[in-house]
Amino acid sequence: MAAIEFERVSKRYGDVEIIRNLNFGVKAGEFMVFVGPSGCGKSTTLRMIAGLETITGGNLSIGDRVVNDVHPKDRDIAMVFQSYALYPHMTVYDNIAFGLKIRKMPDAEVRKRVGEAAAILGLEPLLERKPKALSGGQRQRVALGRAIVRNPSVFLFDEPLSNLDAELRVQMRSEISQLQRRLSTTTVYVTHDQIEAMTMGHRIAVMRPLQADQPEASNLMQCGTPMELYDTPANVFVARFIGTPRMNMLPARIADDGSTVQLFDLNLPVSAQFAEVARNQRGRPVLLGIRSEHVGLAHEVDWNGTVAIEGTAEMVEPLGHEVIVHLMVNGENLIGRQRSHAGLPQPGDPYRMVINCEAMHLFDPATELRLQ
Amino acid sequence: MVRREPSHLWMHLALIAFVLVTIYPVLWVLALAFSGQQSVGIIDLPADPSFFERLRAILPFPEHFSVKNFTEVWTEQSFGRWMLNSAVVSLLTTGLGVFLACTAAYAFSRFRFPGRNQGMLLFLVSQMFPGTLMLIPLFIIIVKWLGLGNTYFGLVIVYATTAIPFCVWMMKGYFDTIPIDIEESAVIDGASRQTIFFRIILPLAKPAIAITALFSFMTAWNEFILASVFMEAEANYTAPVGLRFFVGGFSAQWGYFAAGSVLVSLPVVLLFLYLQKYLISGLTAGSVK
Ligand SMILES: Nc1ncnc2c1ncn2[C@@H]1O[C@H](COP(=O)(O)OP(=O)(O)OP(=O)(O)O)[C@@H](O)[C@H]1O
Ligand SMILES: [Mg+2]
Repeated sequence: MAAIEFERVSKRYGDVEIIRNLNFGVKAGEFMVFVGPSGCGKSTTLRMIAGLETITGGNLSIGDRVVNDVHPKDRDIAMVFQSYALYPHMTVYDNIAFGLKIRKMPDAEVRKRVGEAAAILGLEPLLERKPKALSGGQRQRVALGRAIVRNPSVFLFDEPLSNLDAELRVQMRSEISQLQRRLSTTTVYVTHDQIEAMTMGHRIAVMRPLQADQPEASNLMQCGTPMELYDTPANVFVARFIGTPRMNMLPARIADDGSTVQLFDLNLPVSAQFAEVARNQRGRPVLLGIRSEHVGLAHEVDWNGTVAIEGTAEMVEPLGHEVIVHLMVNGENLIGRQRSHAGLPQPGDPYRMVINCEAMHLFDPATELRLQ
Repeated sequence: MVRREPSHLWMHLALIAFVLVTIYPVLWVLALAFSGQQSVGIIDLPADPSFFERLRAILPFPEHFSVKNFTEVWTEQSFGRWMLNSAVVSLLTTGLGVFLACTAAYAFSRFRFPGRNQGMLLFLVSQMFPGTLMLIPLFIIIVKWLGLGNTYFGLVIVYATTAIPFCVWMMKGYFDTIPIDIEESAVIDGASRQTIFFRIILPLAKPAIAITALFSFMTAWNEFILASVFMEAEANYTAPVGLRFFVGGFSAQWGYFAAGSVLVSLPVVLLFLYLQKYLISGLTAGSVK
């Protein structure tokens, strides 16, 4: 177990800056998930922790030690690759034992440790097989076995489940979570699947590719527990990235008296959370964020402050347990959800839903930061 | 619906004709070798041969079978000695060539260093000159400067350097197909470069090593011109040079020549059969994805 600390860490390939000004930490024993769109530098950051990529600026520490120039093998980490990267010419046993053998561990101890790891992962009947003769899920387990057998102070995972089918992914998701809770080894897990992020991580770091027009901004958009990110996203990017379907984001304006948000021709009472913000931002434009589960049918919900909104149905997606309704309101897309699938609108029909004003999020349209 | 394939008869006839043309000389060598005599004519034609007797004369089939040529080549001539010379030179060449080609190709495949692309190109360019062009410079360097004339080592150096460019290209191409993830994963497991190279990369590159080894071996085993220039003493001849000795200026021992040729070709055939078991694909299957 060791904490990981990023201090103004940056990475560039030649002239191309990939990571800028990363400042955050992973606590000892914590399960941290890096999530973000493709190309945002998740893998690069993970590989910097592993020591597979050099760091071009700042300091990275594992435990009490700055590891900028420490060789991967001396960092006491284990990594599971997206591609598994098993040694194809070795048996499962040798794959798992390789790291121990080259560290000159006595044979008896190697056998004991590999045995334990294989038992935890249910690999015992497969120890004599070559990777070629394993299924995807079994290979993934061997890759896990190779990591846990060394009992490292940090686990690193780079999208370890993305090659598995949906069912196996769900199963392995919980296996990895349970394993981590049991060993309480500090873990950094990279994924672009936000369900993995929300369900597995103690905390999540949301990352974004560097923007040309924001020369100061870091890749890190927000770091917090899954519910913090969900309930109080720090900016429009996180608000839109976490949650499916995406959070509705509509241009609005704070009324001159600061008591309501004017959305199209509607007046939404400001929630208590934003009362002070609204007073300070009187008459200013804002971005109003509202999640689809807070746009519903009047007779299905019992929200405190609701405002009815009318639009044309664009697309209706019945999922069985609920229906996702895409409305077009004054040229803006608004997504809502309802439970009943009786009397669904046809595309083009006028349709009326209600907004839960208590659940609004307000963002500054210029900086895209949450107003507070 | 079943459709009859068009008849392949003509194609097969043409192919058979080509095969005959190809193996005819080989059959002649075999026939000569087993004829037990030294002249190229292995049939005694009567003074006024009939058509069938003429036909019989061009068939590669000796009148009498005998292994005399083989035994004499071995006992009365120094052919055994020459084969041994060839074997030593070829095996040393193979060892040196394969080792250097593997290490060089690995560096070209995995490291980024100044001159990397130029280096690969230079290897290719070196292959474009005919070997005889190098004869005089090589003679000066190896024999005059290094004093390695009439030694195994002189030939080994030359053969290995001739074989290495092709081998490096061959090995680099193969190394490039081995996923880098495997190596990174070994790095994290704590393996050093050497461990990775010898315990991960080389075992995975067996097919390419087999080809490289065969190529290096054949480069050395079959080479005639350089060997005939470097090896002046009869005891140091390699097998191809020795063969030439049988049919040189004053002698025309075609029977020995043929028997020797058969003996010379055997090791290459055996080596190929042995290496064949390494020429399998899919060694990296199951590693990634
Ligand atoms: N060797 C390199 N040279 C230049 N740019 C690179 C190099 N390696 C990666 N990059 C760039 O760095 C950026 C981040 O790459 P990275 O692999 O970290 O993304 P990621 O967040 O893991 O994406 P994904 O979800 O697709 O795996 C990408 O834009 C990529 O093009
Ligand atoms: Mg990645």
